[in-house]
Amino acid sequence: MKISLGKWLLPLYSLLALIFLMVPIVYTFVFSFNDSLKSNITWRGFTFDKWLNVCQVQNGAVCEAFGNSILIGVVATVVATTLGTMIAIALVRYRFRFRAETSLLLFLPMATPEVVLGAGLAAQFLSLGVPKDMSTIILAHTMFCISFVVVTVKARVAGLDPALEEAGRDLYGSAAQVFARITFPLLLPGILAAALLSFALSFDDFIITNFNSGAVTTFPKYIYVSAARGIPAEANVIASAVFIFALVIVVTAQVSRAAKEKRLAKQG
Amino acid sequence: MAFAAFSTSTSAPEPAPRRKSPIALLLLLPGILYLVLFFLAPLVSLLLTSFQAPSEFGDVGQYSYAFRWENYVDVVAAYWPHIMRSFGYALIATVLALVFSYPLAYFIGVKARPWPLLQSLMLVLVIAPFFISFLLRTLAWKQLLSDESFVITSLKALSVLGPDAHFTGTPFAVIFGLTYNFIPFMTLPLYTTLERLDLRYLEAGSDLYARPFDVFRKITIPLSMPGIVAGTLLTFIPAAGDYINASRDFLGGPDTQMIGNVIEANFLVLQNYPAAAALSIILMSVILVMVSVYVKRSGTEELL
Repeated sequence: MKISLGKWLLPLYSLLALIFLMVPIVYTFVFSFNDSLKSNITWRGFTFDKWLNVCQVQNGAVCEAFGNSILIGVVATVVATTLGTMIAIALVRYRFRFRAETSLLLFLPMATPEVVLGAGLAAQFLSLGVPKDMSTIILAHTMFCISFVVVTVKARVAGLDPALEEAGRDLYGSAAQVFARITFPLLLPGILAAALLSFALSFDDFIITNFNSGAVTTFPKYIYVSAARGIPAEANVIASAVFIFALVIVVTAQVSRAAKEKRLAKQG
Repeated sequence: MAFAAFSTSTSAPEPAPRRKSPIALLLLLPGILYLVLFFLAPLVSLLLTSFQAPSEFGDVGQYSYAFRWENYVDVVAAYWPHIMRSFGYALIATVLALVFSYPLAYFIGVKARPWPLLQSLMLVLVIAPFFISFLLRTLAWKQLLSDESFVITSLKALSVLGPDAHFTGTPFAVIFGLTYNFIPFMTLPLYTTLERLDLRYLEAGSDLYARPFDVFRKITIPLSMPGIVAGTLLTFIPAAGDYINASRDFLGGPDTQMIGNVIEANFLVLQNYPAAAALSIILMSVILVMVSVYVKRSGTEELL
């Protein structure tokens, strides 16, 4: 009896731990179906209304904030992924001076608390007299995403077999052709992963946004501002929809990777 | 999702031979310039702001450049409890997250190895909280821990809790929130090191008659040190600077305000920019010193 208990203790604990992690997610999801009035705290009955009329509440304030977050996330992701991928290639492939300083400059933003990053940028915009709007949020988000892109893509560049590119050059491919036909496609999974990570970081960021957004409302900022007077169930609808969407992407990626590995294993 | 930063850096294979080329400069320059303009320059700006003095006209929010180092003395005197609270809460939350995550990461990374599909599924569940808004999941806990919630009322009915037990607005709730929100940052790097743990070392230990506990303490723990260091840093740094959990509209109360809350209030509400800047510089310096000492002492410099 003692042995079997010891054997099952760890799986049981892991199961309970994962259930614990799911609690707020389930709560948010369930309360997106609450037939609530202004605030969404007590359960008043089941309804699909909030899902069907997400943009009706408060003249569409929730949806506007959501749209802003998407726009900011997309622009910041595109810029950060481009800049970060270039740095990652340079770091792995080339020798240059100030390598240590460059690495430190890339590491520091990840080790700096968000509140310091946010206050720093806000202090700079203030002293330069730059008004805070959508563009200052995008500038801020791009900044903190670059380092994460570099780290993610760097691993992929380092894992690239140089022989493949050499083969391309041996077959008289120009530098541009080798990059477009060999290097880039091989790096693509890493670049996509970095882009997804950037978008997720940007989309859920509140602290840095709060310091640099002025009157612009993003989805997290909308929740923060509404927290005092009650958050409509429509916010839960959007969060739940985003959750399901992200889950589908991750599960698809995992399944396709597993399938690919199986195929490769079969080919031997 | 900073875990990627730490988990992938150790797994890179042998790099290709490096060449010297002007292309490197072209590739590096735009991104580096961006970071200089929007990361380094703001830090300098913050440092300059932290020494500013109120302008002579005495308008609120108007300051001029000076070298008023007394700003630092003033904020430390005024916000000493907040500063101590931030590092105290973050430290407790980090330890709790480590204790919570280690067995879970061990199960996923070691015990579940024969079942890759189960491993992937459990990993997806570990990062699932990231897919739902940070603020909404914190608010969900606020509702679940409030006095009227069915969780608290039923625990009280069962006499597990005393009739006067109260959670929201207490340090307990804030530390609970910090722990919950940063658990994935702890679990993922732990998983990446434990997943690569060579089980033959453990077998060798037990072959040499070490008790299971000694095998764990003398072999498993030291071998998973890179994951422990990465996880504790990834939890401690954001937790020390967080101000959502401690905010009054979320899990905190008037007596749980952390350094992030006072930086926000001074910057965005009171327009006392020098105070906010001085507090930010203090927060960042303390974290950098703690991180470098910690990394040196645990002998895992290669992580950075």
